Amino acid sequence: MAAAVSPKNYFLSRFEPLLRAFLVAPLAVAMVGSCQSAPAGKAAIDSPDPVHTGPATLPPPQNGLPPDPIHSVKEEPKGFAVPKPPLSKELWPCQDCHEAQVPNPVRRELKEEHTNIHLHHDEANRWCLDCHNKDNRDFLHLASGVTITFDESYRLCGQCHGTQYRDWKSGIHGKRTGMWDGEKQYLLCVHCHNPHSPHFKPLKPEAPPVRPTLIR
Amino acid sequence: MLTEKPETHACSCGGKTGGCAKKQETVEETAPHHGHDHGHEAAEELTDDEAARKLSMSRRNFMKHSAIVAGAATAAACSTEELEKFTAHRLREMTQPELKQLIKRLEADYKKQFKKNVEVRATPAAEGVKFGYALDLSRCIGCRRCVHACVKENNQSRPTPEGEHNNPIHWIRVLEMEKEKGIDLSDANPYYNPAEVPREGHFYMPVQCQQCENPPCVKVCPVQATWKEPDGIVVIDYEWCIGCRYCMVACPYGARRFNWAEPNLPADQLNPNTHVLGNRPRPKGVVEKCTFCIQRTREGRYPACVEICPVGARKFGNMLDPKSEIRAVLESKRVFILKEDLNTRPKFFYFFGI
Repeated sequence: MAAAVSPKNYFLSRFEPLLRAFLVAPLAVAMVGSCQSAPAGKAAIDSPDPVHTGPATLPPPQNGLPPDPIHSVKEEPKGFAVPKPPLSKELWPCQDCHEAQVPNPVRRELKEEHTNIHLHHDEANRWCLDCHNKDNRDFLHLASGVTITFDESYRLCGQCHGTQYRDWKSGIHGKRTGMWDGEKQYLLCVHCHNPHSPHFKPLKPEAPPVRPTLIR
Repeated sequence: MLTEKPETHACSCGGKTGGCAKKQETVEETAPHHGHDHGHEAAEELTDDEAARKLSMSRRNFMKHSAIVAGAATAAACSTEELEKFTAHRLREMTQPELKQLIKRLEADYKKQFKKNVEVRATPAAEGVKFGYALDLSRCIGCRRCVHACVKENNQSRPTPEGEHNNPIHWIRVLEMEKEKGIDLSDANPYYNPAEVPREGHFYMPVQCQQCENPPCVKVCPVQATWKEPDGIVVIDYEWCIGCRYCMVACPYGARRFNWAEPNLPADQLNPNTHVLGNRPRPKGVVEKCTFCIQRTREGRYPACVEICPVGARKFGNMLDPKSEIRAVLESKRVFILKEDLNTRPKFFYFFGI
């Protein structure tokens, strides 16, 4: 077996991963750099949403078959009829206060405002401005820098929680109310999960059934 | 022969709600739990009396006379309404006018009983619909919100504070099981009541009527008072049920409940939107169970337990509709059914969503 492989092929197969790493790494660094220097904040809000306005035409289906899932461009759903996010009336809109302030991205204990927020959501790695838009607090932003409204917060959650996002879109994750055969009311992730501390809190159970021996 | 003849007259009201004077007397005399056997008791009482006076009579004459006496007594004691009830068909065989008449009578009865307008509908199953249900066991936290939403929606018997009528009925039973042991129905606890759920190391499995495609409860009913509708819901004709409880024994899921006493349903807690095969107030002595909220789902709405669930563990829809949530679950999750080996083929699926 080994005798059949020429020395050149052996070298290539042995060191191919290493070669690739050397070739690809500088490219990746360059790309990350360009991302960071891309305009963010106000400019991004005005710019059209690249995902939602996305590719206008999909390849036409051939022979009545759906488009090839790998080679065709995947289209994001055009948004869901979700209710308004549960924003507190006293604090919304955020810009009323934040417009005059200089953003402070430093991780710190919040002593003056938002003291009720205790971040228990991958807090070791994240801070406010990882989700909230730095220059206009009435918006959120995705990891790509795309600015989104609070109505679309599911896209933000879906970046990390991909399986839940997939299930939510098909109605498996989360709750829908209304008509099973018609108009449904959806819920945003944040209607059930506190985005700053998303784990469900324990509940008091309602009354148990009566044991048959106690029935009179 | 002796017992047969008088029985035909003895309590034509055939019933559970009362009204017939003869019946009420006998009910008081006999044990309150055996309201259905009173016809028999009444017959014996009557024949004893007659027999004492007419010992010398021939058997044929005796029978003739007793039948006439019995007929007269029935006519005197029972109104035309009672007679109508007695001669009515079972719900499944009713013509449209008969069904309308039944609904009219039921609505009038409820108005009298609860001093409140109750709407009884008889919405039939829609074409091309087969209901399915899925429950995500990895989400359920055992809070029993579904149990009590069901009680309110479906007019089940409530507990009384004094405990006099302490026979509350729940159609959903939530089983608490240990994670270490896995699904072990023999070791499940439905009576758990800690300060907070979920309890450490435990998981919860709500069980209700599984709406089998091959329902054993339907097979055993001696009077065919329970059957499977075209949309897959197993229903009960409360007018026809004789309370023998064979179905409760046959059900491998323990999903059926019996009204041992007159249900305690305060008028202010009554849900007036009812279906004749679903949540309309039941009389004493009949079996009841989950109907996938037939009064809601036949109108296109979700069942009450689906809408109340605080963790969104409950999924419901039309299994014949490829875009429904239930189909999404069936196609993308590994679902299982309870007691698969019994070939009951439930339309209630469990899955672990995570």
